[in-house]
Amino acid sequence: MAVSEHRLLLKNVDQPGYETDIDCYVKHGGYEMLKKAYTMKPEEICSEVMDSGVRGRGGAGFPAGLKWKFLDRKSGKPIYLICNADESEPGTFKDRQVIYKDPHQLIEGMMITAFAIQAKLAFIYIRGEMFGGARILEKAIEEARSQNLLGDHILGSDYSCDLIVHRGAGSYICGEETGLIESIEGKRPYPRIKPPFFPAVLGLYQCPTIVNNVETLCNVKHIVEMTGKEYAKLGKPNNTGTRIWSVSGHVQKPGYYEFECGALTYGELIYDVCGGLKPGRKLLALIPGGSSSKVLRAGERFKGKLKDGTAFDWALEDIPLDFDGPMAAGSMSGSGAVIILDDSVDIVEVLANINAFYAHESCGQCTPCREGSLWLKKVTTRMCAGNAREEDAELIESIAKQIDGRTICAHGEATAWPAMSFIHKFRDEFKDKAIKQAANLDKKPEDFIHLV
Amino acid sequence: MSQNGTQELVPVNIDGQEFNLPKGMNLVEAVNTVGKEIPHYCYHPKLSVAGNCRMCLIDMGMPMRDRATGDAILDENGVQKIGWMPKPAIACNSNVSPGLHIKLESETVKDYRNGIMEFLLVNHPLDCPICDQAGECRLQEFSADYGRGYSRFIEDKNVKPKRTKLGERVTLDDERCILCSRCVRFSSEIAGEDVLGFVDRGSYSTLTCYPGKSLDHNYSLNTVDICPVGALTSTDFRFKMRVWFLKEANSICSESSVGSNTVVSSREGKIYRITPRRNDAVNDTWMTDSARELYKQVEEDTRLLSPQILQKEASLDDALSQAIEILKNDKLRMVGSSLSSVEEQFILRKIAKIKEIECYFLAHLGAEDGLLLSADRRPNTRGALLNDLISDVPTSRLDRLEEEIKLGLVDTLLVIHEDLSLTGIDAELLKDLKIVYLGTHTNSTSALASVNLPTLTVFEKKGSFVNQSFRLQKFNQAVPGPAGLFPDTLILTKLLSGISGEEFISPTVDLIWEELAASTPELNDITFHSIGTDGIALNADRFRNLQFPEVKSLKFSIEDFRATEDLVPAL
Repeated sequence: MAVSEHRLLLKNVDQPGYETDIDCYVKHGGYEMLKKAYTMKPEEICSEVMDSGVRGRGGAGFPAGLKWKFLDRKSGKPIYLICNADESEPGTFKDRQVIYKDPHQLIEGMMITAFAIQAKLAFIYIRGEMFGGARILEKAIEEARSQNLLGDHILGSDYSCDLIVHRGAGSYICGEETGLIESIEGKRPYPRIKPPFFPAVLGLYQCPTIVNNVETLCNVKHIVEMTGKEYAKLGKPNNTGTRIWSVSGHVQKPGYYEFECGALTYGELIYDVCGGLKPGRKLLALIPGGSSSKVLRAGERFKGKLKDGTAFDWALEDIPLDFDGPMAAGSMSGSGAVIILDDSVDIVEVLANINAFYAHESCGQCTPCREGSLWLKKVTTRMCAGNAREEDAELIESIAKQIDGRTICAHGEATAWPAMSFIHKFRDEFKDKAIKQAANLDKKPEDFIHLV
Repeated sequence: MSQNGTQELVPVNIDGQEFNLPKGMNLVEAVNTVGKEIPHYCYHPKLSVAGNCRMCLIDMGMPMRDRATGDAILDENGVQKIGWMPKPAIACNSNVSPGLHIKLESETVKDYRNGIMEFLLVNHPLDCPICDQAGECRLQEFSADYGRGYSRFIEDKNVKPKRTKLGERVTLDDERCILCSRCVRFSSEIAGEDVLGFVDRGSYSTLTCYPGKSLDHNYSLNTVDICPVGALTSTDFRFKMRVWFLKEANSICSESSVGSNTVVSSREGKIYRITPRRNDAVNDTWMTDSARELYKQVEEDTRLLSPQILQKEASLDDALSQAIEILKNDKLRMVGSSLSSVEEQFILRKIAKIKEIECYFLAHLGAEDGLLLSADRRPNTRGALLNDLISDVPTSRLDRLEEEIKLGLVDTLLVIHEDLSLTGIDAELLKDLKIVYLGTHTNSTSALASVNLPTLTVFEKKGSFVNQSFRLQKFNQAVPGPAGLFPDTLILTKLLSGISGEEFISPTVDLIWEELAASTPELNDITFHSIGTDGIALNADRFRNLQFPEVKSLKFSIEDFRATEDLVPAL
């Protein structure tokens, strides 16, 4: 293996004998950073996080320190902190590793963050399907509360903040931060219109609110430990720290791996870390950051200039595993969910599967996403059912373009980007579907599992 | 968010052309002021912004400035560059600000609208031929203006409930619903009864009432009005008439002293529905459900359809001469009505002056709802005050009249519309009186009357009312009255002529107004023609201290009314 894992967040995860109880956590040095943080001034922690350059791990990659800076502290309203643990992006299974196996790390990160932004109350909004995780967190919170690590007068200080686990009811859109806020308020999770509802100004109960991903909040603990400047030395400029990558699909060893940002390429991830493809298979495509990111096709060349001006000319395997690499290649690293597709897949079925997901999860608030997502699903489902038409490729592309950028929240892009990119990269395959079906050549093996 | 903006006009560039628009005004409204349109479904001027239909997507930009210095960034020609937003923005969530640049007609904007129209129609049943909304449907209009004209959709459409009874008066066709949420917002924000919501998600989202609730409040039909498509329909109007056959007349609601502005729609002399008409000083864009039923009085069985002498049908001339004979009696009193228009009351005042007698008015009171149903259930009590027919707010019993009858001071009554059994006067006392009754419907008084003179309902004549805020508002004739019936003003003028022995010329409303304006200080300089569709706010200083029964409605509060002075410059 060319590059070894750098386990920062996952340091204790999966270690033999490591349990989720507080004693084990404390034995491994837990809550020391909370104690350290409470000797600092809140602004100092904020500036450490700013210095660290840590970018949000939820999908958009927005710098966390900057997000905290936008917080409206003048309004006099209470400030809320919400941990977005609604991890639902298909292909992503990183946050649950922390929640299920090292919950106190998240709680410590959150209570440091809460102190740094002087939050009145903190929430963990956990995905409905993770009921086991919710139980583990509830128990961990009770343990932490009994040791005065959260609740009233934390560690004997003047600062009090409680932590509440709020379970979702099983909806992808609850991971959108304003949808999540609506959900906590007890409403349908219709994402809010931005402007004016930027959470840092008008968030939960119209009060300033910070919503951060599980992984981001855990990183805060390590930033306090290492100091922002030291943390920034991990990874690359503008891509600092480590990231947990959830690898799924047609590789020998799918799983979650933590690396410094940019320490390796997608090729190294597939062939060195994950043991390569299954015997006799060839790499067809790769979805670099969760099913909503644009697909990248094997054999393509990606050329252009990075933000700092350096020119690049990459094959798919050369794209660096960080934030900016996939972005430069026309996609995004999103939630860090790498989905690998080999040549055994029917690419139309893949898109049909993705379309079915986004149609099912569209909240139905705004027109383009509501109608477009289901239309896309209906088209690709029909194509897979043997009624493909040659013009369907153009139709899919056109529907997706009518969604992209015209919706209230990013679910529109999440729906449109896969469709647009699949057609862009595999136009011929989509067109051939109809021709093959007409010639009765689109036969599937008997054990073929339909994805939709 | 300010919907109306300020008076200040600021430059806004629309498709490359400079216009001056009111600063701070909602963009959708603001472009209307210069004759342009931004198509929209979910936006409604009187509701919160939802921004969900996306029909009003436009391109927006602001002149570029250097962040550090604040200096304008210029292009090679020395013109300030415009920083266009990378994504389209919804106009309904934007206000006019100086220097704003917007595109309404560009190819990209046309594409936004085209895309939204296509999406809205893919699961729409397209059952326009049997849809009540057809002809006044935003989907039809914007389809014609911005749509593609053909369908690319070959899949099966979603199936949803076709006729859900949401309440007593509203029927929902979920397949037609475009989920704009106007009705949901109306119910919670205006009507104050949060009964509507969506279930299921995505394209399967379905409008429905919350479990155990129904849309039965007295404002439920406003949801039908604001529904931009044919989803919410009035059970009363459903399948009755194609809207393009309907003739519309501006009218004023006679349900209470609020005086909501309405449109009465009729075909071939038959009224099919009453809908609200926007007046920001009175009813915004709403009206009560109960007031929409008032048109049914036109064809009620109890309608008085011919003149009667001693309860027997007679010619109008005979009935009039008989009435004049009776009214010449010196022991005459009058019971007027706040249902009468300002013009009718003015003629009644003349009769009162000639006879030197007092005119009694009966109060009709009910519970207020704080919105558009006020305590005074008559539309024109303020008119009677202005006309000096009465000098104080009417009472709900006519004790003084009863006293006068008991003392033998009265043996003849001229009664306009009123039912004397509601006045508290002993029924035995009434039996011995000679009564001339003018009214639209029969009642216990018309049954006693020596002469009955039929008149017209508010839908069959024109005139004006003065509402609780002393706003003078006119109503137009919507349908012709029943054959052989004449306007109240004509009947009253005939009576006046007969009683005074002086010939008064045929009273058109305009002629009445010449006199009316000259003799009433608050109405000086007003002609009937000059009363606009929004009405005229009158000076009410003479009446501020009266004990009106109204407390609060949408645009009225008695405290403000009492406290306000010089709302209108003193005349």
